[in-house]
Amino acid sequence: MTQRGSPPALVEQFQYGLDAPICLTWELTYACNLSCVHCLSSSGRRDPRELTTAECRAVIDELERMQVFYVNIGGGEPTVRPDFWDLVDYATSHHVGVKFSTNGVKISPEIARRLAASDYVDVQISLDGATAEVNDAVRGAGSYATALRAMRNLARAGFRGFKISVVVTRQNVGQLDDFQAIADRFGGQLRLTRLRPSGRGADVWDELHPTGGQQRQLYDWLLARGEQVLTGDSFFHLAAYGDPLPGLNLCGAGRVVCLIDPVGDVYACPFAIHESFLAGNVRGPGGFAAVWRESELFARLRRPQTGGACRSCSAYDSCRGGCMAAKFFTGLPLDGPDPECVKGHGEHALAAVAGAPVPRPFGDHSHRNRPVPVTIGRRPDRACDENPLAGFRP
Amino acid sequence: MLIETQAGAAFDLDRPWQLHPQVSVRPERFGALLYHFGTRRLSFLKSPALLTVVRSLGDAPSAREACRRAGLTQAELPAYAAALRTLATSQMISPREPA
Repeated sequence: MTQRGSPPALVEQFQYGLDAPICLTWELTYACNLSCVHCLSSSGRRDPRELTTAECRAVIDELERMQVFYVNIGGGEPTVRPDFWDLVDYATSHHVGVKFSTNGVKISPEIARRLAASDYVDVQISLDGATAEVNDAVRGAGSYATALRAMRNLARAGFRGFKISVVVTRQNVGQLDDFQAIADRFGGQLRLTRLRPSGRGADVWDELHPTGGQQRQLYDWLLARGEQVLTGDSFFHLAAYGDPLPGLNLCGAGRVVCLIDPVGDVYACPFAIHESFLAGNVRGPGGFAAVWRESELFARLRRPQTGGACRSCSAYDSCRGGCMAAKFFTGLPLDGPDPECVKGHGEHALAAVAGAPVPRPFGDHSHRNRPVPVTIGRRPDRACDENPLAGFRP
Repeated sequence: MLIETQAGAAFDLDRPWQLHPQVSVRPERFGALLYHFGTRRLSFLKSPALLTVVRSLGDAPSAREACRRAGLTQAELPAYAAALRTLATSQMISPREPA
């Protein structure tokens, strides 16, 4: 009667949506000290329209009234907002737990001690390579050292079980055991998530997303570890291999999760920053609750889905057609296969739309004068766009 | 203390239990969502009756009595004991010292 009892009925309930999200992602700022090549929100520069401290507090008040247990705060780099720690304190004192994602830049020994003292704050350090070489190629020079320093500070402060969050790519999928070793070393817990072709990720997806063989390797690795490794439910498309991975195995967009972006726009999910998935704005009448409960887009997402071209596939009940955002930003129809469909239907679908225009991510906040430091994947537009430090190993 | 650690062990219906102090409960059409701020885990109660039981644990002298107060029949008891055992394993509910 709890989670393990009879999952199908519960999934049905979730498909039709809840009165309030179970948790939601809240990106506090588009400002970031890094320029990761696959950034979901194309972050870099602050948006002048970002919610003020008072507006953020009003959102937290609403989340408390709606009994949203916790928010996943991200960005951008949320800790560069001068009011960040005040907002964290405000949320936790109003019974809204906080899990925030950071590249670690502000996690000093002092901050680490403060975080370790709270039961209601969880920290997620982003790391996309188990070595500086693999990580920094995607996240920028020096970012591996910054992340490891943050982990060391958290471990020394006695913060147990913080999360190490890895976006799985073609380049790091061979390092899964090494990531686990890093987590063990610092007393953290590993969290693996799926690379999406969202934000700047659209530009590098072709070259960074895992190959078919790597997906199988990842699935076997995750299945063997069970609930030890977190996934944010992001690999449910792999359930079509056979046994489901732990989690709801359901696209929760607009049903049990959503995104509030730095300017207060509410999107169906953090991977779908595009006007097609924009449900409203928290500054509108009725605030966030009205968007969640009354948006036509969310009502549509909560209606039974047909399955479209996937209906006749034997695996449809397992993968449910995969990730909406992954389909959208690769130009595939939403009621067809996921581009990374493990049955190979995604490749055929992609071939069928090859050459057709693909929707572009919405709202680019990338740093204007800083070329994104890529050594993997993207070819620089001009030779001098390549970061001169690319490939440099101290 | 066989309840807390051994998965599959019997659930002691005859002792007092309580909702863990760090657990938040949100009623839903299907039952309720439970979130444990300490373990940061989410659980689901898939029946409104189970929610009634869980909410009255803290005031009842035993889990059996909480089930009785929720109107459960003898035949329903084993399924509910199993659900409570799962909740105990994930620390959503915890043993309470008798008053």
